[in-house]
Parts: sequence; structure tokens; C-alpha cells
Amino acid sequence: MNIDKDLVAASATPLVLAILSEGESYGYAIIKRVAELSGGELQWTDGMLYPLLHRLERNGLVEAFWGRSETGRGRKYYRLTLSGADHLDGQRRQWQVVDRAMRDLGASRPDGKNSRPDRLREE
Amino acid sequence: MTNTASLEERIGQWRQYLQRRQAVHSADVAELEDHLRSQIDALRVAGLDEDEAFLVAVKRLGELDALAREFATEHSERLWKQLAGSPGGEVPSTTKPRGAVVAVGLAIAAAVAIKVPELFGLSFLKPADDADFYMRNLSLFVLPFLAVFFALRRGLPKSGWYWLAVPFAAAGLLANVFPFPPDSHTGMLTAMHLPIALWLMVFYAYAGGRWRRHDQRMNYVRFSGEWFIYYTLIALGGGALIGLTLFIFKAIGLDAERAVVGWVMPCGAMGAVIIGAWLVEHKQSVIENMAPVLTWLFTPLFTALLLVFVGAMIWTGKPIDVGREVLIGFDLLLVVVLGLLLYAVSARDAQAPPGRFDVLQLLLVVSALIVDALALWAIAARISEFGFSPNRTAALGLNLLLLVNLAWSAVLYARFLRRRAPFARLERWQTAYLPAFAVWAWLVTALFPVIFGYR
Repeated sequence: MNIDKDLVAASATPLVLAILSEGESYGYAIIKRVAELSGGELQWTDGMLYPLLHRLERNGLVEAFWGRSETGRGRKYYRLTLSGADHLDGQRRQWQVVDRAMRDLGASRPDGKNSRPDRLREE
Repeated sequence: MTNTASLEERIGQWRQYLQRRQAVHSADVAELEDHLRSQIDALRVAGLDEDEAFLVAVKRLGELDALAREFATEHSERLWKQLAGSPGGEVPSTTKPRGAVVAVGLAIAAAVAIKVPELFGLSFLKPADDADFYMRNLSLFVLPFLAVFFALRRGLPKSGWYWLAVPFAAAGLLANVFPFPPDSHTGMLTAMHLPIALWLMVFYAYAGGRWRRHDQRMNYVRFSGEWFIYYTLIALGGGALIGLTLFIFKAIGLDAERAVVGWVMPCGAMGAVIIGAWLVEHKQSVIENMAPVLTWLFTPLFTALLLVFVGAMIWTGKPIDVGREVLIGFDLLLVVVLGLLLYAVSARDAQAPPGRFDVLQLLLVVSALIVDALALWAIAARISEFGFSPNRTAALGLNLLLLVNLAWSAVLYARFLRRRAPFARLERWQTAYLPAFAVWAWLVTALFPVIFGYR
């Protein structure tokens, strides 16, 4: 399955914020985490993460600081700020609304072809 | 097959390629490099060899053009070239001492120097004698520091420093050994010509001693134009600072005038000379030159002015009224025209074929020559009537100097327009002529006081 480009773009900010809510991190680790979480389905062009991180930094949702990697290389770390956490809460609620709506629509399809009732029941 | 060095090399190349992007600062490059290396390490652990790991990692990072575009969207302010204090805007320089530190140090030294004579009881707040002293010596308080600035930057060899010291020592003598009476005309001429003479001597340091080189001379012309613009801008800012200082201190009933006139103005004016020079040096490859832009803007306007003036003279039949200031006025006109010509030449691509702007330039020079010839005609009559005073002689000499330059420039320009000669000939003529201005300025300061008995 290839996730649509627009959806990738729209989900990037909440995903990054959510990953940073687990603790401070850096670009490469964030991308690795995204791949892990999505089972490799969410493919980002790695470099594009950085302009996004910089925008979040400018808007005060994350803060950046320089540290060292395990091999002693300079590495830029990011951590969530309070207003970033607030923003994440808001985003989460929005996504849940969308998610719920999609599920309800899928479950109520008359032919039931593409709906996955078994999977819904699992949760 | 591949070793660590070659991987490092390839990463180095990749880094350099990225660094060339204006919107990507060096901190971003470092961040992306860390990503690249982490990715390569991970791929190596997964069993890829160095080559493959590098290629895959670079590919995953995305196409550099697209990436740079994305950075530019996020950091649009970076597309405006920043001069002061931006890490990415720093031009990699090969010069040894740190430019900013040296510049600020020398600027402070110049600011202190202008106050030193006060330790010996001189003050420019007092009229008469002291004011004359400051006027004649003004350039000596700051231009030596400017020369040092360039000598350090260019790594002038030791023998060069001695050569550089000679004109400044000579200037110190010429400004002070002659017994100028108060309000002496020759004293004023010294005050006006010495800065020009010394400014042209600073060129020796600017060129790192290679003063014969024509490309260096043209660079110095460019530098001088840009410096003038920067100095003017700094002066405007300084004016605002002084005005506000006076105003807000007045509001609490304190008179700041003494502090402002005695300290802020002279020290600022001296320091700004060095700071302006440093800014020009610092930005030269970062920001477009301003002087050619102004030239492009004002050449048509000045041409129109001169043509209308000639037309009006013919129409009304009025001769030029030879007052006291008229010769100076026409000198200034020629200086402006020469400036317009010089900066148009300095910015022009010597290989480009003749264009419309070149025709306009020629028209400007020719009309200036006609106007000046008419003025000289009127003035010649006056001089034969009243004899040679120092001011009239100096003004006349300068006028002839400029006239020769512009006349030959017009000839070369015309030849170029008819494709008889390359444009480089005109450029060469201008740079070859520069020493003539230096010689004239030194002659006025060295000989005029003696010839005219210091009056």
C-alpha cells in the first residue's frame, strides 16, 4: 500500500510532535521511528523532515539544541515545548474525529465489501 | 576497493555541493550530514558496502534541488543576503586576521586619534586656529588606520609598510610645517586636496603593493564608490542617533550638545570610515554593487540636464555669468560626469557589444565637454583680467585635468561604438589616468602654499 502524498504531508506534523512527546530525539531517529510505527508504509523523503522541524521550531512547538552523537559527532536534538504539547493534543482530537468518521462510514457500507468488521471488533 | 578516505571524500563533496545553496546554512548542512552518516552506518550494519550505503543514503535524503527549495520556502528571509551576523552569510575569506575584530579595533583607534590633540590643548569647539588645524589634518587621523587595515588584510610585505609610511609622513609635514595664517586660502586647498592624495595612497595597501596592476586599480575604484555609499548610509544613521540624543536629553532638561559635538560626532565620523571599508570588503561578493545601479539611474537624468542647459543657453543667448563659485561648480559637474562614466565602466562587461546605454554615456560626456568648454571660455577672460589666485588656479588645474580625461574618453567611446576599438581600451585609459589625480593633489598641497606665499 502506498500512502497518498497529501496524507503524508498532512500527517507529518502530528506524527513528529507525537514522537517527540515520547522524549527528545533527532532527525534520523524520528524517521526511523516513523518507519517502525507504520511498518514501513509511511515513506518520507528523509531530507524534507528538516525544513518541517525548522518550521515547528520557529513556531515554538519544538525547541532545538546541539548535542553529541554516540560517536561524538555534532547532532541537533529536538524536544517538545509546552505549546507543542498543547498543539499535539488538538491535532490528536482532530485526527480521532476523522478516524472515527472513516470507520463509521466503512462499517455502514451496504455491500460491506471494503469494510473490515472483524478488525473493528478486535479493538 | 573502497576505503574510508574515499567515503569521506564523497561526503565532503556532497557537503560542499549543499553549502553552495543560499537558503541552506552551515548549521543545516551539519544537521543533514549527521543524518547522512547515521543512515550510512545503519546501511553498513545491514550489509551494504560503503559505496552502496552512500548512494542509498543520499538518494533517501532526497534530490538536493528540491531540498534546497524546501529550505528556501521555510527560510525565505535567507534569500535576502544578510551582511551582519548571519552564520551562513559569512564569506569564506582567506585573509589571516579576523576581519571584524581588526576593523572594530582600528575604528576605535581612529576614534581615539581624533581626540588626542585635545590632550595638547587643541579643540575643534574653539574657532580660528584650532579649526584650521583640524581641517588640514582630518584625513591624517583616520586614513593611516585605513591603510593599516588593508595592509593587514592583504598581508603587505615588510618593505611595503615602509613605502606606505612615506606619503603619510609627508602629509603630516605638509599639513603642519607651513606658516598658514588664519583663513588662508592655500591652507584650505591643503585641507581639500590632502584627503584625496592620501586616499589614493591607501590604494597601495589595498592592492597589497601591486599598485601598477590595472585590475587592482579598477577594484579600488569600485571599492571607493561602494565605500562612499556605505559611509553616506552610516552618516544618515548617525544623524538620526544624534538628533534623537539631543532631543531626549533635552526632555529631561540636560544639554547633550557638548557631548554630542565633542565626542559622538568626531569619533563616529572617524570610526565609520573604517567600518564602511570593512563592510564593503565583507560584502563584496555577497551583495550587488550599488554604485553602478545609481549610475544606471542617473546617467539619463544628467544627460537630460546638460542637453536642456545647452539648449537654454543657445535659446536665450545668455553667457555664463562668471561669479566666484562658478569654476568650482563646473569642476563638480565634471567630477560627477567622470564618476558616472567610471562606475558605468567598472560594472560593464568588457566583452559585450555596444548598446543603447553606451550611446547615452557618450552623449553625457560630450554634452558635459561642451558645457565645460563654454564655462572655460568665460573663465579664461576673467583670469586674464584678475590674475591667478590660489583658488582659481587650483580649480582651473582640476578642470583641465578632468577635461583631458573626458575628452579622450569620448574619443575612445566613439571608436568603441563604431567598433574600431575594444571597450577594454577605455577601461585601461581610466585606470592609467588615476595617478594623474594623485600627482595633482600632491602638487597642490606641496607647491601651492609656497608659490602663493601661504595666502
